[in-house]
Amino acid sequence: MTLNGWLQIALFMAAVLLLAKPMGSYMTAVFERRKTVLDVVLSPCERLLYRVTGVNPSEEMPWTQYAVAMLVFSAATLLLTYVVERLQHVLPLNPQHLPGVEPALAFNTAISFTTNTNWQSYVPETTMSYLSQMLGLATHNFWSAAVGLALAIAFVRGIARREMKTLGNFWVDLTRGTLWVLLPISVVFALVLVSQGVVQNFKAYDTVKLVEPQTITGADGKPTTITTQTIAQGPVASQEAIKMLGTNGGGFFNGNSAHPFENPTPLSNFLQMLSIFLIPAGLCVTLGQMVGSPKHGWAVLAAMVVLWFAGTLTTFWAESQGNPALHTVDAAVSQTASREQAGGNMEGKEVRFGIANSALFATVTTDASCGAVNGMHDSFTPLGGMVPMVNILLGEVAFGGVGAGLYGMLVFVVMAVFIAGLMVGRTPEYLGKKIEAFDVQMAMLYLLIFPLLILGFAAVTVLLPNLGLSSLANHGPHGLSEIVYAYTSATGNNGSAFAGLNANTHWYNDSLAAAMFFGRFMMVVPMLSIAGNLASKKIAPATAGTFPVTTPLFTVLLTGVILIVGALTFFPVLSLGPVLEHLLMHAGQLF
Amino acid sequence: MKKLFVTASLYTLVTAVLLGIVYPLAITGLAQLTMRAKANGQLIERNGEPVGSALIGQPFTGPGYFHSRPSAAGTGYDAGASSGSNYGPTNKALVDRVATSSKAESNGQPVPVDLVTASASGLDPDITPAAATYQIERVSKNRKVTTARLQALIDEHTQRRQLGLLGEPRVNVLQLNLALNALAPR
Repeated sequence: MTLNGWLQIALFMAAVLLLAKPMGSYMTAVFERRKTVLDVVLSPCERLLYRVTGVNPSEEMPWTQYAVAMLVFSAATLLLTYVVERLQHVLPLNPQHLPGVEPALAFNTAISFTTNTNWQSYVPETTMSYLSQMLGLATHNFWSAAVGLALAIAFVRGIARREMKTLGNFWVDLTRGTLWVLLPISVVFALVLVSQGVVQNFKAYDTVKLVEPQTITGADGKPTTITTQTIAQGPVASQEAIKMLGTNGGGFFNGNSAHPFENPTPLSNFLQMLSIFLIPAGLCVTLGQMVGSPKHGWAVLAAMVVLWFAGTLTTFWAESQGNPALHTVDAAVSQTASREQAGGNMEGKEVRFGIANSALFATVTTDASCGAVNGMHDSFTPLGGMVPMVNILLGEVAFGGVGAGLYGMLVFVVMAVFIAGLMVGRTPEYLGKKIEAFDVQMAMLYLLIFPLLILGFAAVTVLLPNLGLSSLANHGPHGLSEIVYAYTSATGNNGSAFAGLNANTHWYNDSLAAAMFFGRFMMVVPMLSIAGNLASKKIAPATAGTFPVTTPLFTVLLTGVILIVGALTFFPVLSLGPVLEHLLMHAGQLF
Repeated sequence: MKKLFVTASLYTLVTAVLLGIVYPLAITGLAQLTMRAKANGQLIERNGEPVGSALIGQPFTGPGYFHSRPSAAGTGYDAGASSGSNYGPTNKALVDRVATSSKAESNGQPVPVDLVTASASGLDPDITPAAATYQIERVSKNRKVTTARLQALIDEHTQRRQLGLLGEPRVNVLQLNLALNALAPR
């Protein structure tokens, strides 16, 4: 762990915290429909959009109507993506003449992008045309993020409102999130990325002459000489910007944010990580402002920072140690950090990012539901790779996805005040609202669906060997980690992978699609029902017996609830996967 | 309910055109107007022919070149199929591959780890300054260039941390080898 590494990590968090307030205040203004600087340009667009689509912006929706609108919209966007992918061979902007995407894969991908997961069972360079990427996938990077934002705002209104039946208008929240928040930042960010070297063009892949032709042994055992290199191109920067900002994470290329055309420089890397946390951190401030208790927003943000720091510390430490298995080879390998090299476990990492930035990126992308990667999690050390998995297993509430992180965290807040209420024997209250049986039941449903999907699917895959074991790239406990990570990532709508697992099979495409679908929509419904129920309640004045949700004690309690729920649920499977692998690795065992 | 379906469909189509067509086209237009070389991948030409991209790594394995890292992209540095090896840390195939690479690269001292490990993208354009310096003796012998001259060449091509703080020091292997070819044509 180098001093410079710590400086970069500190700088990153300082930037996140500095931007939280302006970003949060701006989003409060956007969703409360107050004046903003962008109104001159955007308000006419907004009005035009409502007129064309028949939206009545002053209509208020109860939680059921809000949920149905969200579901129907998601279905419509899913269908569009499926059609574009299937028909890409007859549509324009396909200079590589790629064929239409197979049905199972197209379905998996459509679900994946609709649910903000961006799990990728395919190699984009050889599967998706430029039009599929732009119109089929990048659009979802906006939509699914805007849906997440809308849902979070609806939940916050549920807390803030009193004795009301409605949570706002889904279409208005969707529109304002897209036009005021996601699109303008993406435009600026995309151009900054181009300035760092991210490509943005529509030309066919380039072919260049290798400086040193290579002779390799072909599949038939005969030597072949390779004299050229094909370089994939495309409209990358425009997609990259919203891929990060919307915590989507689906790479334009297979290498994702490790690919030099997606993430060419340390500065582009820094900005990509920052853009993952920008909106989720800001939303905590928005929460505080909209419920009239700014300190509560900061207390929630503090819990997120604590969880983020614990993960970063662990991964940075584990990856800096290097891989002890490499000490056994005859010609010695140096994994020690020095002025001239980062050292550590460099398999699956890029030199320009080294250990600190790869560890930080892995933590950030799984704290949020982003899932972009700048290093291959499959090749991380056992404990270094466990952190991304644990981050998702805890529900991606440390910052979390755009919107999804905040509403996930608020479900944990409901649990935390409930447990605090039990401890002192009082009816639990959250910001003046009594938390009653219905709220807790729905919160428990939300918290139980998640492990049920992950552990259920993983268990079926492991127990029925013909289904999924042949897809493993690594054996022993690491193989179990690959499978558990896949369902964790899908259910948590993260999309990162232990990518050695070949998931482009019928079983994985279908079961992962189911995990992604239920992991998003089955959890959203109980969450919205809590919001609807909260909105209808009275607000009781605070008394001396009210549990304050603005103090460090609350932050500690909230963090504790998250860790205890996660540990109780997932410790057994983690001990059979990464923990066991860690012990065996240090005992010198290979698989 | 029918109204909802109409609204959802229209909303999808209108925003699809805005976000999926207008937005990327506008960014492409702006990028091509203001940052043409970067938007097109910073291709490097020699004698009127493209020989690579400043951002994408190439395989170098001969004794007269500075070697790049092992690559799991296609048959190696296939920039049409980026990929890491995805070997787990306890995978025997990983240890075997590292053993082969480190034997081939070794000059008697411990080999810098990046030189014997595959990158995440399989297209890593860089090696660490440690890995470049490590290869000086072999290259010097094969190219008949003094080690001092090669060290100067490496220093010249070493990119330090961006803004003095971000990332790690690195040497672009393709550009280093192109400079080597200019210095000592073969």
